[in-house]
Amino acid sequence: MSTPGDPEALSVELVRPYVITNGRGLPDDDQFNLITLVTTSDQPRPSHLDPEKHSVLDLCSGGLLSVAEIAGHMKLPIGIVKVLLSDLSADGFLVVRAPVPPAQLVDVSLLQEVLNGLQARFG
Amino acid sequence: MGSRPDSADGVYLDDAVQIAAKILVVGHFAVGKTTFIGTMSEIPPLRTEERMTQAGAHVDDLGGVRGKSTTTVAMDFGRITLSSKLVLYLFGTPGQERFVQVWEDMTRGALGALILVDPERLKESFPVIDLVEQYGLPYAISVNHFDETPVRPENELREALDLLPETPIVTCDARDQKSSADALIALVRYLQTRTDRRA
Repeated sequence: MSTPGDPEALSVELVRPYVITNGRGLPDDDQFNLITLVTTSDQPRPSHLDPEKHSVLDLCSGGLLSVAEIAGHMKLPIGIVKVLLSDLSADGFLVVRAPVPPAQLVDVSLLQEVLNGLQARFG
Repeated sequence: MGSRPDSADGVYLDDAVQIAAKILVVGHFAVGKTTFIGTMSEIPPLRTEERMTQAGAHVDDLGGVRGKSTTTVAMDFGRITLSSKLVLYLFGTPGQERFVQVWEDMTRGALGALILVDPERLKESFPVIDLVEQYGLPYAISVNHFDETPVRPENELREALDLLPETPIVTCDARDQKSSADALIALVRYLQTRTDRRA
């Protein structure tokens, strides 16, 4: 199972990324998951922010992206990006579109919209 | 840091998008998850990493990689805007049990899973199906069909994979968009029947 060179399992010492978060681990709250949508707010940005936070805000200022996309574009692990977003959101620099609540995941209308969308696009 | 995409064209979602949904595309190594996502995605597929620590009950499963302090798992994902307010994300998730921490994050909030199966390597799909069931995620089976592989009868596959009678089995060519879309549509239709029953 865990053969060396398996491209799906890269063993990396993540020292540098967790320096970015001042050594903090992942926030436990569910504010950000992989598909939480994020963009910047109108709040002006102070100059003293960490460079990585500036980079997040640069990326997010272009429009709406999911947390996963932010991580992908920034080439940072999801956990790191969640910490950065959590901080930036707490300071009012981000607008966050809340994820679909669990009860709504089995909502008939959401599934119907997904189906309609797939059929309209690829049918 | 050069974190801005080279071209902003098509990178960002429409401002009107309100809802993001998620479907997992799972399967064993090299079954075609990345191809499927690349075929369906409106953006060039992106890759994210999740960090795994060795703390926890599943450390024993790590076998050969024991002694390393952290492991990261790479996942490919793509995006399909389905309407002015709805976007669907497809996450390609490796099916090994040692990635259990990733699975907790991935399955949370997912509508369901499409399990890609190689008819010539059915056994390799067993642990994947076990994991999806363990997390209670509804799923459909998509037999990734290549030109040279013979088509196996559905009842044979159903028996070999020990599927419930209602679990959909579709055939798809992950390189073909229409074929891949049909597999997703079969999954969503199945999810609808489950919702109907629950109501």
